Amino acid sequence: MTLARRIIPCLDVDAGRVVKGIEFEGLRDMGDPAELGARYNREGADELVVLDISASFQGRATFLETIRRVAEQLNIPLTAGGGIRKMEEGRAVLLAGADKVTVNTAAVERPELISELSQQFGAQAVVLSLDVKRKGDSWEAYTRGGRDATGLDAAEWAAEAVSRGAGEILLTSIDRDGTCSGFDCELTAKIASTVQVPVIASGGASTFQDFYDVFVKGCADAALAASIFHSETHSIAALKKFLAERGVPIRLSR
Amino acid sequence: MKIAIVDYGAGNLPSVERALWKLGAETERAIEPKQVAAAKVIVLPGVGHFAAFVTGLRERTLTSSLRAAFEAGVPILGICLGLQAMFASSEEAPGEAGLGFFPEEVRALPANVKSPHIGWNQLRRVRESALLREIPGDAYFYFAHSYAAPASAAATVAACDHGFPFAAVIEQGNLRAVQFHPEKSGETGARVLRNFLESMQ
Repeated sequence: MTLARRIIPCLDVDAGRVVKGIEFEGLRDMGDPAELGARYNREGADELVVLDISASFQGRATFLETIRRVAEQLNIPLTAGGGIRKMEEGRAVLLAGADKVTVNTAAVERPELISELSQQFGAQAVVLSLDVKRKGDSWEAYTRGGRDATGLDAAEWAAEAVSRGAGEILLTSIDRDGTCSGFDCELTAKIASTVQVPVIASGGASTFQDFYDVFVKGCADAALAASIFHSETHSIAALKKFLAERGVPIRLSR
Repeated sequence: MKIAIVDYGAGNLPSVERALWKLGAETERAIEPKQVAAAKVIVLPGVGHFAAFVTGLRERTLTSSLRAAFEAGVPILGICLGLQAMFASSEEAPGEAGLGFFPEEVRALPANVKSPHIGWNQLRRVRESALLREIPGDAYFYFAHSYAAPASAAATVAACDHGFPFAAVIEQGNLRAVQFHPEKSGETGARVLRNFLESMQ
């Protein structure tokens, strides 16, 4: 009896379409979110993350509709977020069909947002999205889609967010995002040993071995990737088989 | 046969509804005591805080109609927090009374494991289970919780371990409950719901 490591495809959504950026800049259309969600559900994804990367107000309403359309396709958990500033916005995302909501920029500006969401919906529904860049021997948290440095040490901020009721950390290495150079295992191990909640590693996934490394060396509870799944470079089933054959606890049956 | 899904003001009703519809079941949201009183089958879904759940039931005066349905032998399926609410109390909300169908107290997961317990885990079968009928022994189920009922509860038919052995599946008389989310557990979870519907006929 073992808690399985999770494989999580991520849909970055702008104006109702899945897009993919490189190092948070430059977008490419990757398809319809509901269609991609249905495909990943079928192929054995353990969970799905949908992030709103649109900045416009119209984008927000479209995003709630996207969550609804994606949720209808799934019988696995759905995490959604991006630009959520208030408790009511978090509630709208959950009511649209998400099981968990991610917060980043607004939580840095006003950490009470985490406590409010956690008290209302439970820690299991609140995910801190932590975007970081390496800075010497440590890592610094960034907000606004990787644009603004916060001056916060990533590990210290992670610990505070958890003490305020975040139930999971979605940890993205901005340095590795979109570069296909592998997850930052050192970073993941550092955060995973700092907090007593699950850590989802993100940024840099390219090969099957990258996933193995982030679970074994990086002590990640889950690994997230986008472009390598969208472009069908790798199937989720083949990745899971690779990991299971090497002794990583993985859910193979649907 | 219409299934009454108890709506206490929180919870993830749409995903539970959708999962039941896919199996051909009809559902209604039970908001008033008379709906619970008339129900032939009840589902008690739940996410969030134990206190929000029991006060939500109390404010809608649903507590006594749920107890009456239990005593009348109406089949009830509790999901996640819905399972926990069937117990007498929870460490999450000291002083708040649960439905009290089972005498034990729901406990916090200990500090030496990651909490919440989030992800897909396997079960240890304790005895024959209607809900797990024809589901392979190594199947995975999706959990997302920080509190759990001890596996020593007499009604436990399958346990899971995370910090301590806890009740993952409960069956006793007309009561059924699961700590995992069948509506989020893929085809395996759908099979659990189908087994529930079939065992009620």
